[in-house]
Amino acid sequence: MYIYDEIDQRLVDERVAQFRDQTRRFLAGSLSEDEFRALRLRNGLYIQKHAPMLRVAIPYGLLSSTQLRKLAHIARRYDRGYGHFSTRQNIQYNWPRLKDVPEILAELASVQMHAIQTSGNCVRNITTDHFAGVAPDEIVDPFVWAEVMRQWSTFHPEFGFLPRKFKIAINGSVEDRAAVLVHDIGIHAVRNDAGELGFRVIVGGGLGRTPIIGHVIRDFLPWQHLLTYLDAILRTYNRHGRRDNKYKARIKILVKDLTPAGFTRQVEAEWTHLKDGPGTLVQEEIDRIEARFTRAPYATLHDVDAGYGPRLHAEPALARWASRNAHARKVPGYAAVSLSLKKTGVPPGDATADQMDAVARLAEDYSFGELRVTHEQNLVFADVAKRDLHDLWLELKALGLATPNIGLLTNIIACPGGDFCSLANAVSIPVAQAIQARFDDLDYLYDIGELDLNISGCMNSCGHHHVGHIGILGVDKNGEEWYQISIGGSQGSQASLGKVIGPSFARDEVPGVIARLIEHYLHRRDSENERFIDVVRRVGIEPFKAHVYAYAD
Amino acid sequence: MPTLIRRRSIVSGDAWRVIGLAPEALSPFSDSEDVIVPLAVWKSDRPSLANRGGRTGVWLGPADDPADLPAAGEFPALVAVHFPTFTDGRGYSTARLLRERHGYRGELRAIGDILRDQLYELARCGFDAFALRDDQDAQAALSAFSDFSEDYQAAVDRGPLFARRFALHGQAR
Repeated sequence: MYIYDEIDQRLVDERVAQFRDQTRRFLAGSLSEDEFRALRLRNGLYIQKHAPMLRVAIPYGLLSSTQLRKLAHIARRYDRGYGHFSTRQNIQYNWPRLKDVPEILAELASVQMHAIQTSGNCVRNITTDHFAGVAPDEIVDPFVWAEVMRQWSTFHPEFGFLPRKFKIAINGSVEDRAAVLVHDIGIHAVRNDAGELGFRVIVGGGLGRTPIIGHVIRDFLPWQHLLTYLDAILRTYNRHGRRDNKYKARIKILVKDLTPAGFTRQVEAEWTHLKDGPGTLVQEEIDRIEARFTRAPYATLHDVDAGYGPRLHAEPALARWASRNAHARKVPGYAAVSLSLKKTGVPPGDATADQMDAVARLAEDYSFGELRVTHEQNLVFADVAKRDLHDLWLELKALGLATPNIGLLTNIIACPGGDFCSLANAVSIPVAQAIQARFDDLDYLYDIGELDLNISGCMNSCGHHHVGHIGILGVDKNGEEWYQISIGGSQGSQASLGKVIGPSFARDEVPGVIARLIEHYLHRRDSENERFIDVVRRVGIEPFKAHVYAYAD
Repeated sequence: MPTLIRRRSIVSGDAWRVIGLAPEALSPFSDSEDVIVPLAVWKSDRPSLANRGGRTGVWLGPADDPADLPAAGEFPALVAVHFPTFTDGRGYSTARLLRERHGYRGELRAIGDILRDQLYELARCGFDAFALRDDQDAQAALSAFSDFSEDYQAAVDRGPLFARRFALHGQAR
């Protein structure tokens, strides 16, 4: 965990006081609806279908047991006993009362948390790889750099009213697990030939209604210049991004309009003035921030635990769970474990207050009191000793958090959809549940193998359907809910955008359509090693389309 | 008449009048008045404006390039930046560029949709005068300048927090 110092704490406390006063003025009628809107949004507060929705930041996805207990307490005391983990490493509460929100923010501040800039046209919560700090292929710990950027972006005076929201992700490993190619800015750590640390800077990616893969505008930015370079990009966008049409206001449209080369020239021209200026980072600051992160006091263990192997043989269900939900780590004798929030029948990403409390305890017992929230809406214990995996598995099973489906079809990523969100055209969660029910047979699920399925209730794409191997998008046709299916999307270093297979389907047809896509995949694959996405890349979407629509009419 | 805050105090009897905010209404002004004219007028009529009896200031709209101001010669007596709505954030960049790149040191006034809840950030970006929207409570607005006691990032008013941390640390040693 990053531990706040006195100044970090004071700023969060001052923010609570500021918002308390703004809420008071709104309720007293001296702040208009529109004016309060801009202020509440930058504190994560939306007015949704049924009630306000409060989005709390989990900076770069890292949580302590103490913080998770606080989130459970808030769910119980101010909401209906649960929270929803979003795809951007936030947690959302769907039923708080406006007048309680300042108090909720004060509760969050008491455990070094906040809802700062989780919405509004400003720099949002900065996200990263959920295996940060423990991945075997790590170049640099992205938590440290995400915290550097969190501080830089917090209350940035120049960029509080950008043309549109602004999302930054950082990846510290060789493999991209932070989706840096589909963010407004993606930062990917690299080392040059001399072994020095720098960043590849990618701009203008994004999903939403104009999905696009980002452009590399700098191959190697020495780390000292990270913040001044961000300032140059943001200033170029703030001054020249479109403000006349909210659907054309994201930075990706500016990059497209100026061409990536033209945009890069403008940023570089701006940066010549900022380079080596006061915002230039110094090693002492990186060291200071790094030192404020607690580090797990690992035991010295053999990488092979004598008891664990035989247990895997004795208990196939454990082996099955471990094959999907336990992950290699760079520290010998330890594994990272995914807790699936994708049990059939439960809305993807939802966790009850009781589950949160139980997970907080398990994190203390098994993983040094820390956990991570993933953009796939699951939780991760990063530091579990292999000798404890069996016990942990038993405990997780009892909590309904051991569904062995990480990376499989039923690990569905879904936005809250029309059940909760006023933007949505269609529901997401009932569709996810219907698909999970259809693929409830674990043997079949494992036979299908790795598959990302994403559902968004509207083209704002909060469920990231464009990068699902199978993507489902809710659309509105004359007031009815319909679903458009795309295939061939993927995240990571090979990121690609899915292609729509044809006319959309009624809600009750969707599980059948997915089943036919899977049938065709199983029929076409070379071997079990060829994943769904590999087959789509090899044969294209046409054969899938033909197979699906042969059944239609 | 909007209330003016200048250097964190309420100013009564401000003499400046903004001209031409609505494009069609470039109203006439007398030779002795203190007026703030649009950048385009400043660029085209500089010789005649220089001979006026009253002082002449210039205002920039959100799309105006602050580099045009130094390019047009000596700075005017006052520069204002217009915010047509408080959600249009371009003026924050305009202000920083005027202060940090173009070396403008005179009064920099925020005009238009200027609300109490923007003052902290506007001040950090180099504004030192604020023509509050008519409905704003100026006395209450003064407290906005102390909403926060520290700032992480560099702006016009001061450098980044980390520079202060290490400077203090250096002194302590």
